[in-house]
Amino acid sequence: MHLALAVVVGLVYAAGLYMMLRRSIVKLLIGLALLGHGSNLLIFTTAGLRRDSPPLVPPDADQLEVIHTDPLPPALILTAIVISFAIVGYAAVLVKRVFEVAGDDLDTLRTSES
Amino acid sequence: MSPALLVVLPVLLPVIGSLVGLAARRNVRVQRIANVTASFALLAVAVELIRRTAGGEVLVARLGDWPAPVAITFVADVTSAIMVLLNALVAAAAAIYALGGIDRRREEAGYHPLILGLFTSVSGAFLTADLFNLYVWFEVMLMSSFVLLALGGSRPQLEGAIKYVTLSLVGSTLFLAGIGLTYSMLGTLNMAHLAERLAEAGEPERFTPVAAVLLVAFLIKAAAFPFFAWLPASYHTPPPVISAVFAGLLTKVGVYVVIRFTALMFPAGNPDADVIHELIIWIAGFTMVTGVLAAAAQGEVRRILSFHIISQIGYMLMGVGIAGAALAEAAAAEAAGDAARADALRSAGTLAMTGAVFYVLHHIVVKANLFLVAGIIERRCGSGELARIGGLSSTHPRLAILFMVPALSLAGIPILSGFWSKFVLVRAGLAAEAYVIIAVSLAVSVMTLFSMMKIWTGAFWKPAPEPGDPKAVTPEAIERGEREATGPIGWMEAGSVFLATVTIAIGVLAGPAIALAERGSAQLVDGGAYADAALDRRADDDEETATAAIALDAAPAPAGGAP
Repeated sequence: MHLALAVVVGLVYAAGLYMMLRRSIVKLLIGLALLGHGSNLLIFTTAGLRRDSPPLVPPDADQLEVIHTDPLPPALILTAIVISFAIVGYAAVLVKRVFEVAGDDLDTLRTSES
Repeated sequence: MSPALLVVLPVLLPVIGSLVGLAARRNVRVQRIANVTASFALLAVAVELIRRTAGGEVLVARLGDWPAPVAITFVADVTSAIMVLLNALVAAAAAIYALGGIDRRREEAGYHPLILGLFTSVSGAFLTADLFNLYVWFEVMLMSSFVLLALGGSRPQLEGAIKYVTLSLVGSTLFLAGIGLTYSMLGTLNMAHLAERLAEAGEPERFTPVAAVLLVAFLIKAAAFPFFAWLPASYHTPPPVISAVFAGLLTKVGVYVVIRFTALMFPAGNPDADVIHELIIWIAGFTMVTGVLAAAAQGEVRRILSFHIISQIGYMLMGVGIAGAALAEAAAAEAAGDAARADALRSAGTLAMTGAVFYVLHHIVVKANLFLVAGIIERRCGSGELARIGGLSSTHPRLAILFMVPALSLAGIPILSGFWSKFVLVRAGLAAEAYVIIAVSLAVSVMTLFSMMKIWTGAFWKPAPEPGDPKAVTPEAIERGEREATGPIGWMEAGSVFLATVTIAIGVLAGPAIALAERGSAQLVDGGAYADAALDRRADDDEETATAAIALDAAPAPAGGAP
């Protein structure tokens, strides 16, 4: 399972970078979103994946004794998802405005640098 | 005032000001009052924070009163307090300046609440002792800077914003990935706790690749070579007051995090400390040289200044690199039994760290001020392009003085703050025998003076183009700028005078200022006081907290396991 997810993370990163290297700004946006997902999946994988051992304290014990999947990384991912949702939302509006004034080609965005 | 409240206030005050501004969305006057009040209250709190921490006490706030290291912890040592003070100084100057120095359309679109959001996040990033919380502050900072950068939506702004947003988000992604890997290796996110776990780990080298991921993320934020492309593409496009705040603070948050991170994770005992710091010295050298050379090729005031930010970042990184390398070498010398050399290197390392902290202190004030002055030039002349303007030294001699103070300070002319910051760095570099990088930095310093003189001759000395010249700015364009502005130019000058006074004060009172930076650097190098505060190990530690911490340590380790 670890190996499969590791490969998936690599593929998502690769797809994201590939999209960012295109000339289209719309693909740039998709690439950014993919990179974010790649990082979230990476954190998810590093937390360790175990079947059938949730981090729950049994009713008759007062401490957690099973070897469990650490619940903190999913909590981190949750925060990261909320943040990246907001940022991708903003980036979508920005890309739309740029698309309106300059079209879809990144190479035309040079007037501010000459 | 309780220490916990004092540590949290630098974050709370701008948030409150921002919320008041958002609540009064239609009322620009209330927003202005909220901005000025919050900024000056922030300044007062920052001064109090410096006063309390300067004696060596490290203030701490654990949010929600959870035991360390579970709680999100805010820690204010001298370095953090200095940074918060600088944030407050820029906030206060920007608040005054914006009373006259921004156009009505952008002010109505929410300039005041947004800029307060930026100051909130910068304070948060300077104070937090939790790696994931730092990520959250970075994101808040990015979000407010994204909106401020594109506010108004002119074509150059949109073009700059798309580059800035893209590269910043790549940096954030790397930061997030680095945090995930760090947590799976060391099982904690409290930075002091991370440092201790790493120091106890059997093979600390295994963490170095992960640290490299994080350092790349930080260096992107700091605009170091070769990750700086986003900065010159975007910083000259928004209104001057916004670019002044960006120029003063944003990259320096990256530098501060590099300082904090390397001091905690790569102290002298780490086997890879010398490699990491050697690399930082190389990066610093390239950053300095590329920044200053690119600046020489520019023809617009704020674009020249943007490239100079990059070159100055190199100086700060140079201080960090020399400090870490010298301290690592000192440890090696001590192990070899050469106590005299170890002592010399250790004091050189501490001095270099002092230089880095002091350089940030001087640079934030000077660089923000130069952008503010550039804004005044643009308002007076209708443009910032050197070919289209001129003659300011005879028409506006006061403005000439206002430009000269930060410009000469940036180049390092004696008695101004820039001279002392370079002096400390050069002395430390010579003591640490880092001759090559010191030679590079001195050459870059001369080039900086050249660039400042270029702005001086272009905007102040040479005559303005004749009215018939096609390059000359039409009087109508200047008048349009005047009509759109929120207020008289006097407010802009007042904001700039405020920062110029601070620059002169740092130059004249260099002794106390350097002593303060020295205390900050000693705490950074030693690390003990910071760790004790962040992990809540006081002499009067109550039993309950201690047992809670132990119970946590005894809990099953995450599946990844510590190295």
